[in-house]
Amino acid sequence: MNSRESILERLARNSPPDSSLPVLPVTKTELPNAVEKFTAVLEGIGGSVVQVTNWNEINVYLNKYFATQGRWINRVPELTNMDESVEFGVDPHQYENVLVTILKGDFGVAENGAVWITDDKMGDRALPFICEHLVVIIHSKDIYPTLHEAYDHTDQSDYNFGTFIAGPSKTADIEQSLVLGAHGPKSMTLFLLKES
Amino acid sequence: MKVALFIPCYVDQFYPHVGVATLELLEKLGVNVSYPEKQTCCGQPMANSGFEHLTDACCDHFIENFSGYDYIVSPSGSCVLHIKDHLHSVPREQEATQIRGKVLELTEFLVDILKVKHIKSRFNHKVGLHQSCHGQRGLKLSQMSELISLPFSKPEALLQMVSGLELISLDRKDECCGFGGTFCVGEEAVSVKMGKDRIADHLQYGAEFITGNDMSCLMHLEGILRRQKSSTQVIHIAEILNTSS
Amino acid sequence: MTTATGNKSHAATTSDHADLAGKFNKDEPRVDWHDQTLWFIRKKRDKAAWQIPEWEELREAASQIKNNVLSNLRSYLLEFERNAQQNGITVHWAADAEEHNRIVYDILEKAGIDKVVKSKSMLTEECHLNEYLAAKGVEVIDTDLGERIVQLAGEPPSHIVLPCIHWKKEEIGQLFSEHLGTPEGNSDPQFLTAAARIHLRQHFMSSRLAITGVNFAVAETGEFVVCTNEGNADLGVQLADIHIACMGIEKIIPKRKHLGVFLRLLARSATGQPITTYSSHFRRPRKGQTMHIVLVDNGRSERLGSADFRNALKCIRCGACMNTCPVYRRSGGHSYHYAIAGPIGAILAPGLDMKKHADLPFASTLCGSCSHVCPVKIDIHDQLYRWRQVLTQNGHVGFLKTTSMKGMSAVLSSHNLYQFAGSAGRWLLKHLPFLINNRFNAWYKQREMPRSPGKSFGEWYRANRKHGDE
Repeated sequence: MNSRESILERLARNSPPDSSLPVLPVTKTELPNAVEKFTAVLEGIGGSVVQVTNWNEINVYLNKYFATQGRWINRVPELTNMDESVEFGVDPHQYENVLVTILKGDFGVAENGAVWITDDKMGDRALPFICEHLVVIIHSKDIYPTLHEAYDHTDQSDYNFGTFIAGPSKTADIEQSLVLGAHGPKSMTLFLLKES
Repeated sequence: MKVALFIPCYVDQFYPHVGVATLELLEKLGVNVSYPEKQTCCGQPMANSGFEHLTDACCDHFIENFSGYDYIVSPSGSCVLHIKDHLHSVPREQEATQIRGKVLELTEFLVDILKVKHIKSRFNHKVGLHQSCHGQRGLKLSQMSELISLPFSKPEALLQMVSGLELISLDRKDECCGFGGTFCVGEEAVSVKMGKDRIADHLQYGAEFITGNDMSCLMHLEGILRRQKSSTQVIHIAEILNTSS
Repeated sequence: MTTATGNKSHAATTSDHADLAGKFNKDEPRVDWHDQTLWFIRKKRDKAAWQIPEWEELREAASQIKNNVLSNLRSYLLEFERNAQQNGITVHWAADAEEHNRIVYDILEKAGIDKVVKSKSMLTEECHLNEYLAAKGVEVIDTDLGERIVQLAGEPPSHIVLPCIHWKKEEIGQLFSEHLGTPEGNSDPQFLTAAARIHLRQHFMSSRLAITGVNFAVAETGEFVVCTNEGNADLGVQLADIHIACMGIEKIIPKRKHLGVFLRLLARSATGQPITTYSSHFRRPRKGQTMHIVLVDNGRSERLGSADFRNALKCIRCGACMNTCPVYRRSGGHSYHYAIAGPIGAILAPGLDMKKHADLPFASTLCGSCSHVCPVKIDIHDQLYRWRQVLTQNGHVGFLKTTSMKGMSAVLSSHNLYQFAGSAGRWLLKHLPFLINNRFNAWYKQREMPRSPGKSFGEWYRANRKHGDE
């Protein structure tokens, strides 16, 4: 008997009687002020939230607050004149010097300030993690109250890799002192787009 | 209502005045209380050390002494919890089951059964309440800080009825004192450190007395207080509630 | 460049928890610092939990899901295996730690790799993977900052979430100046973290293989979730050609939607954060990458058969029981001499080696705080009590203690003996296990003995009350 079979045999022998799964979500959360909650939570964990009403405002903001001489990779077609022509899927190590990555997120979660991003929007899976500054754009209508609604929403979606990102990379391993920019981005700027 | 008084072994031998205060308090409140004189111990000192299998005779002896009462009341949350959780007997399991359902710690008996709303006692001192873990988390005498749930406290409710008593607040209102039965000698260093830290919390808010429902925790804290030559004393909650006004 | 020593030998078996905790307590200000740091995290947990009105319902739901998992572990694992394979992931099964280590090494060897980056995985700690690979000449770089710090120091982590919580920044500054060449005397956390970032970035860039742990694996979809704050798991994996994820078989959950329950509880319980910075869902490898998952048993399937102890398998490794434990906070993680310290370690360790870890279930006052912060409602303190019974009955408690307990039992079950013993100078004062007045006199060392009153309550009662029922 190989290990797989012996493990399965022991599990069959030792499993307790069945017990039922709970009904989810435990409590339906109504959140009329989802944008405010999301903003407060994300800012509380080190992210910056900027509300905008059109794509051009994002252009203006980025050019004003981020150094333009470094390498930017933009994966948002609506944002023009900052594209670098990159061939994705070759070697992720080539992104090591990326200063700013700009991505579209799918949605945000109000209770924890996280944004869901899937690999089809990343170009390369390394990009959200390897850059110095991460910029993500979501529509302000796409904010769910809790993770229960978030998982309901993505239940049928297919992705190869998806991640919740909530703020910049951080650590408090040295005497519980919070430091932003552990290995990944030192900042995360989240644009909430509310088109009129 | 026939009530039996269960006085734990170490209270019987080291703190008889706590037994007296408990008895007098119950008598003052009009309870028909008797003390089964051949009682000894709940068996917890052995069981918590891993020797539950040696407590059969202790359990049978307990059943022999406490069968047939409406309630069994004791001034020790820890011993009550032990009976509730672990009193079993092969020959007398039915009686054991009845006893497990009828044994109550003093303050829960006062609040839940007697529904005491007023107590004629006076205690003009600053008092810190030590929430003993087995009473609090085991018997649910008070809400524990771990749970996201509304606060309540049976011992605190009773202390609020005492004239002149000022109940102090604490930084850590329900941290363990470090007694823990054999833990207090088996893990002497950590046990004493826990006790010192609890005491420091009470002292920083000016406690003249540290009270609680469990004399075992108070015995440990008293040992440290006396070694520190502190003027702060321990006092069982029954003694405060039994003080005349 | 420094290489990891891999010499993470755990505390010598001759020292038990009480000895090691006694040593830790020689430096009282340090104990205070350790206690307060961890209590601060417990308070952050409370604050985060109070933000969620349905917190207790969530705990109950999480507990029910995990109970369901334990009942159906076999079928969920098979479902996961099928889906993961369809997703292009290679699934391995390891019966024990040794097999797990061998599987990992075989993958490395076939690919001709002698250096790996590894993010936090308590399972690989349990299996002593680092030592195994080091002995084979493989360089393992732990990439979580706290883990890297203890690795450089040649120590195991002292906490499952906060590996170097027992280190002071000045000591880390000194360590970094020795190993990373930072200027001596600089102990600013910001500066030290930046130095570690540069140091570890080189390793991320030059490692072809990344090992991660697994927080949750979803049977329904064959995906698995890895949570970090630093982004070290992602950075390692996304830059590597090969990803090996190692998981205990109990990490399976039935459905994706159950992640909602666990991710709401995990970070809040662990550190008081609303969620970890990164919660990455790995479903398929990227083009050109190979992905392996190793399902490890190592005693779990046997533990499942024990009604008294199986619930420990519900653990999601948040560390909340450690932060709340008044004993852990004042004895430090290394006093538990096992990969997982604190209350949860004390109920897991004896299941693997009863003799070696017989002391751990006694390193507790049974205060019960652990069971009530536990996000999946493991009955930790009840299991500690039950382990004590099992250990005693299996002969892992000393002869002297056994003898004195038998004497106590005899006295306490006979009123005549008790009365006689009591009147003979408060017998209990010498024989209650916590007051045993032997030559070590552990009570008296820092505490006064209880005063011995003239009369017992029983004697007072007979003298003062006529209506006793005798």
